Amino acid sequence: MDILHILLTDSFWAAALRIATPLIFGVLGALICEKAGVLNLGIEGIFAAGAMAGWMAVWLGAGLWGGLLVAAIVGGGFGLMHAILTVPLGLSQHVSGLGITMFATSLSYFIYRTALPQVTSPPRITPFQPLDIPILSDLPFLGPVLFQQTAMTWLALFMVALVWWVLNRTPLGMALRAVGDNPDAVDAQGLSVYGLRMGAIVAGSALMALGGAFLTMSAFDAFFFGMVNGRGWICIALVIFASWRPGKALLGALLFGAFDAFQVRLQTEVGAFVPSQVFLMAPYVLSLVALVIVARRAEYPAALLQPWFKGQR
Amino acid sequence: MIRFEPRETPSRALTLGVPVASALIALLLAAIPLAFAGANILEAYGQMAKGIFGSTFAFTEMLTRATPLIFTGLAATLAFRARLWNIGAEGQFYLGAMAAVTVGTGLIDAPGIILIPIILLTGAAAGAAGMAGPAYLKTRFGADEVVTTLLLNFIILIFLQMMLEGPLKDPMGMGWPQSEPILDAGMLPQLLPRMRIHAGLIIALIAAVIAQIMLSKTVWGFKLRAVGENAAAALHAGIGVKRTLMGAAVVSGALAGLAGVSEVAGLKGYLTADLSPGFGYTGIVVAMLAGLSPIGVVISAVFIASVFVGADSMSRAMGVSSYLADLVVALSLICVLIGGFTARYRILIVRKGAA
Repeated sequence: MDILHILLTDSFWAAALRIATPLIFGVLGALICEKAGVLNLGIEGIFAAGAMAGWMAVWLGAGLWGGLLVAAIVGGGFGLMHAILTVPLGLSQHVSGLGITMFATSLSYFIYRTALPQVTSPPRITPFQPLDIPILSDLPFLGPVLFQQTAMTWLALFMVALVWWVLNRTPLGMALRAVGDNPDAVDAQGLSVYGLRMGAIVAGSALMALGGAFLTMSAFDAFFFGMVNGRGWICIALVIFASWRPGKALLGALLFGAFDAFQVRLQTEVGAFVPSQVFLMAPYVLSLVALVIVARRAEYPAALLQPWFKGQR
Repeated sequence: MIRFEPRETPSRALTLGVPVASALIALLLAAIPLAFAGANILEAYGQMAKGIFGSTFAFTEMLTRATPLIFTGLAATLAFRARLWNIGAEGQFYLGAMAAVTVGTGLIDAPGIILIPIILLTGAAAGAAGMAGPAYLKTRFGADEVVTTLLLNFIILIFLQMMLEGPLKDPMGMGWPQSEPILDAGMLPQLLPRMRIHAGLIIALIAAVIAQIMLSKTVWGFKLRAVGENAAAALHAGIGVKRTLMGAAVVSGALAGLAGVSEVAGLKGYLTADLSPGFGYTGIVVAMLAGLSPIGVVISAVFIASVFVGADSMSRAMGVSSYLADLVVALSLICVLIGGFTARYRILIVRKGAA
């Protein structure tokens, strides 16, 4: 009875959307890279770098939007590294991505630790506040769920629409999808395969970094080591779950957020009988199960993981 | 304009020289973050060297640190050779360690000559099972093993925390989430008095030699390499691709499991949830730096262990964050990737009109 009641509360759905927000950024970022034919396992580290860089920029006085810009640029920078390694050099996308994750994570940790040696409690910033749009936020149910989120959640939702529009309604999007399916055809059209792929990785990585920045600039107000905690990997699973479609990516992230919010509330109901780790484990298990279910039907971009060299067929 | 032209056969000097050069470049690049941290760069390198070669104890500490890295490096090597992306060595490490404390803390009371092999085998079996699962999901359902092994790392770590607060918890542990200690008879023998270096290193070296022989001299190894180089051609040639992948997965997982056994039954004696500072992930760097050669893994594990031990000691002496070690390890991976490219391709600078 209590369990069903949880699903009807506005605070539950507000939490679901809040938890989904960084994942929306991350899934969209990974989706753009993979649509162009490049797997980006740098995501976990780019999340950490975005979280650290965004937070530190605000802490140094850049302002919240300035912080987001810094996070996006830092993410794009790591994306450019991955792009150079995997596109013109055609190196293993798996290994390069893991290398970027290790590099971005350790560099962020090193810089944070060097700038703030041994502080007892991590310094805090004033994060994005709930928007509290007049009138709309007073609506029953919808008000708390939609109109009391922070600007970053709105930015994430806007990005879903933008990415969908670019991919499906613009010549750039068409070229981008083609470069992940049939790079030879794109080359024959006189378009630059390298340019399109590298651009997609840089843009996708910038989005991933915004997902990381949400953690330190909206969800919390400080940076912690290990705070990304596998969110990047979950995004990689969600992209497959979403069949590389922005709309389904939003749905997948929301389902994940709802599940996560639900398990936290369930924990308070039945926590006395079930070890808390069962609930902590649940989101990862859910991602794994969802991945296995859709794996058979997954239609990967045809040229995903395949390097392409100009003048070689 | 720059053009890349494949080399006919990469020369032996390049295949050996590239990893060494990459490792050295990564080490030199550490000067940048050191300068950023405001440290005296030469003194920092001196402290690092002192932390590795400064005393017998320092040197054996480095070898102790290299031991689990040899195991996880071999785990990555064998899987990657079959182009099976086992990124789950971290989880398999903990499965092996959990199995070791399950059988080694009193469940079986036997003399060491019996107990130690039992601990090693159960640990290896647990690690093998941890990779057999994702390999099965890959061959049966087509589920990408990169994602499944990565997610399993988190699932296994949380499972471990649950076990350490439940069935595996030491009642005498003052409430800390840690396992009971392994029986004295189950502990791997020490190699030198008053040093922490233990027989795990010997087992790791034997494993490297066996892996090298299996990979280069047996039919099993031939099939594994064939699947890794071209799965479609291997299938056409009548090689059971799924079977070969499962075999690679089991051996790879078992090696990662042994890393966990070696750390818990060779070094710590009991299990905590922070037993591994990322040995599983670092194993990938070790394997890549070794050019996916099992014997090479031993050398690159010693290098990576030196970076960690040297940077730790430098960090204690000079107050520079020890995350520097992780940074150098990540840089080595990126350098060896780029280096591997230059070994395979000649870089030509073509003047416009000259071609």
